[in-house]
Amino acid sequence: MADARSPLLRAQGLGKRFRGLAAVDDVSIDLHVGEIHAVIGTNGAGKSTLVNMLSGELAPSTGEVRFADHDVTRWSQPRRARAGLGRSYQRTTIFGEFSVLENCRLAAQASEPRPWLVWERAAHDARGLAVAERVLDAAGLAGEGGRIAATLSHGAKRQLEIAMCLATAPRALLLDEPLAGMGAEETGRMLALLASLRPTHAILLVEHDMDAVFKVADRITVMVNGRVIASDVPERIRIDPAVQLAYLGDGH
Amino acid sequence: MASDAGVSDAVIADVGALPDIGRREAGGWLVPAAAALVVAALPLAISPYGQDVVVRIAIYAIFALSLELIVGAAGLVSLGHAAFLGIGAYATVLASSDSGASLALLVPLAIGAAAAYALAVGALSLRTRGVYFIMVTLAFAQMAYFVAHDTKAGGGSDGIFLYIKPTLVVAGLTLVDLGQRLHLYYAVLAALVATYAFIALLLGSRFGHALAGIRVNEQRMRAAGFATTPYKLAAFVIAGALAGLAGLLLAVKDGAVNPELLSWHESGAVLLMLIFGGIGSLRGAVIGAVAFTLLKELFQSEALLGPLASHWQLTLGLTIIAFVAALPRGLIGLGARLRGAARG
Amino acid sequence: MDLATFLVQCLNAVQYGLLLFLVASGLTLIFGIMGVINLAHGSFYMLGAYLAFALAPWFGDWFFSRLLVGVVLAAAFGYLLEWIFFSFLYERDHLQQVLLTYALILVFEEMRSILVGNDVHGVTAPSWLAGGFRLGGLMEYPWYRVFASVACLVVALALYAVVNRTRLGMMIRAGASNRDMVRGLGVDIRRLYRIVFAGGVALAALAGMIAAPLSSVYPGMGSSVLIVCFVVVVIGGIGSITGALVASLLVGVVDTFGKVFFAEWSGVGIYVLMAVILVWRPEGLMKRGF
Repeated sequence: MADARSPLLRAQGLGKRFRGLAAVDDVSIDLHVGEIHAVIGTNGAGKSTLVNMLSGELAPSTGEVRFADHDVTRWSQPRRARAGLGRSYQRTTIFGEFSVLENCRLAAQASEPRPWLVWERAAHDARGLAVAERVLDAAGLAGEGGRIAATLSHGAKRQLEIAMCLATAPRALLLDEPLAGMGAEETGRMLALLASLRPTHAILLVEHDMDAVFKVADRITVMVNGRVIASDVPERIRIDPAVQLAYLGDGH
Repeated sequence: MASDAGVSDAVIADVGALPDIGRREAGGWLVPAAAALVVAALPLAISPYGQDVVVRIAIYAIFALSLELIVGAAGLVSLGHAAFLGIGAYATVLASSDSGASLALLVPLAIGAAAAYALAVGALSLRTRGVYFIMVTLAFAQMAYFVAHDTKAGGGSDGIFLYIKPTLVVAGLTLVDLGQRLHLYYAVLAALVATYAFIALLLGSRFGHALAGIRVNEQRMRAAGFATTPYKLAAFVIAGALAGLAGLLLAVKDGAVNPELLSWHESGAVLLMLIFGGIGSLRGAVIGAVAFTLLKELFQSEALLGPLASHWQLTLGLTIIAFVAALPRGLIGLGARLRGAARG
Repeated sequence: MDLATFLVQCLNAVQYGLLLFLVASGLTLIFGIMGVINLAHGSFYMLGAYLAFALAPWFGDWFFSRLLVGVVLAAAFGYLLEWIFFSFLYERDHLQQVLLTYALILVFEEMRSILVGNDVHGVTAPSWLAGGFRLGGLMEYPWYRVFASVACLVVALALYAVVNRTRLGMMIRAGASNRDMVRGLGVDIRRLYRIVFAGGVALAALAGMIAAPLSSVYPGMGSSVLIVCFVVVVIGGIGSITGALVASLLVGVVDTFGKVFFAEWSGVGIYVLMAVILVWRPEGLMKRGF
């Protein structure tokens, strides 16, 4: 259920121009704790650009981003991450060479890096290992810690990516197509995971899988050609004529 | 932590060169320790000329290990590492007066000078990535080369001589006199062991694991909240400092320095050592230094190759091409493949 | 410094910059389109210079014929080299490319040593370009240097025309931004790469041929030009011809005037320039593109 408190992440008037072409134009979006806010749109609608501006990987041409009442528009991605903004990527971004456990332990290390303690073995990082076990459990990968990450199935790798996001205890999550390439069973597991995270996190979900989006989202924003054409609860989006025309097609 | 049980070598081969972390190389630290003991006992069995060769190889092993920290661990290809070797060497010679100098002064000075240049170069170079980084590091090394080669302070193309080797005198007692062959031998061996142990320590620490993470997937590291540039810069500076140490030892051993120490041939050579041995492995760095030095001696040996020896650049060049094409993971990779084949 | 000397230095700076542009444009094209870092590029410059030396007795004053033959030979060499060696480098990582092309330098240096020895050679300018014109009281500026600048400028314009106005140029630009798409359009990407590579080699060799009477022909000339070219590419941005031109001229100015004002420290001038650019605009003066 949508939370009536002020939004954890608020973006206003975000815009990005590349050599005169507006990839994103005057987009505003809010994320509240306890709410999954989905962003849908056709290819080239500007969804990835939007996410990159929210995460700090791309500087906006116009507009501002506020996180927990701080203006983070000029903050780098690592700084936003440390403040509690996590993100997953469309293309699986994990450490394939390392074990699943090390993937999460290393991500957890970001919360307490202390790199100058060179005599301490990373392998004995009790705090990090404990966090890693916990997030692997939460993501449904308990017991897989010893495997090399590259050997996981595609769906498991996506779960690992979510686990790594959780390792730094973020309050907001930007998830870029977490269901990409998943079969029905894996999708179900991922959606259950997202639902379990909903009460305690503010979640932005960029997705193409319409069934999944309508199943799990509390709010849906529709983007076309870099602009927001509708932003509302799923029931009203489903019957919105502009959305039907531009995106969903007849008879949906 | 990760165990090897249940992960086949085929998977490891697919995944490419694995970092040291989470995976024990055959024999753990016993193998390097045993090797060090063997080298320590060698002077009993080999001639002074042989000891000379060992010292030379050991110094280059330190140089190679220092580069391994940035190429193998952090994944940064630097084509200008010889600059730090050269700066350490030149600092040593320039700070030594006609009556010799104390190691207590020279060691921090050589390391400090090299580290300072590494800090400046690193801060600027790390503003770039990929191929730009390679070109920029090469360019800054060339800048140092020109200072050594062209300026009066640098001594010109003939270089500078070191007439009196440095010593370490404590309370009137000469503890170390690098003018004596055995002192130099064990000093270099000690420096090699210390460098190896230090880098191994770093790689197993939080810092080292973060470096490995940056190498494997810098984007994920930033997404998790690591400010990645300071890590890379720290690795670059430490690597430069250790190369400076190698430079000091080289200057002492040769009794002279010349601008070619900073040339890109030197930078290329140390990269070759790493790829010969196998990137991502400390043992590989040492093995590579041994292999490269011996190979170069072989190709230049008229006794063994006759008239072909004067064209050693050709033989070396063709060998490198064949080697890199056939064995991209170096001798260590070859060893792993043979072990895997033996296991059946 | 009086006006005449200043003018001479300006002319020298432009001439050096334009010559550098020829070599650097080949390097940046090859890198921008094929993604290969080629340490041996300087060897092609050296190849050109030695070609000028080797062909001189046969062509005498037939200067343009000599240039033409040299360029054709160099292009053919480049075409072959791409086929038998460089095409295997495209999938390899940067470190391997660096080491393989470094090994190539060693091979080239040794082949040169075997074929023509290690001596320094002079190449005389054609007689119809001998002498110079007066610039103020005592200064005489050589005609050959003027010719060199003009020739490089003509080539630069031709390069611009080919890249921006021909179908080949369009394929090149497309290939630079999206290899797979170009392949999908039915363009034989391998032949395209071969042509681009041959072109890059020809440009560098041409520069070497033109430079031969100015700087003489000596063993180390490949390495010295290569590193300067790297500085040019860093400053100008990879894959950008315009960037290479602007950067080459900048480097020409800094290097030439540096020698005048800073004597023994002049060698570091261009690296200081590079450092300044890195602080101000790390991605190079021009963003990626032509």
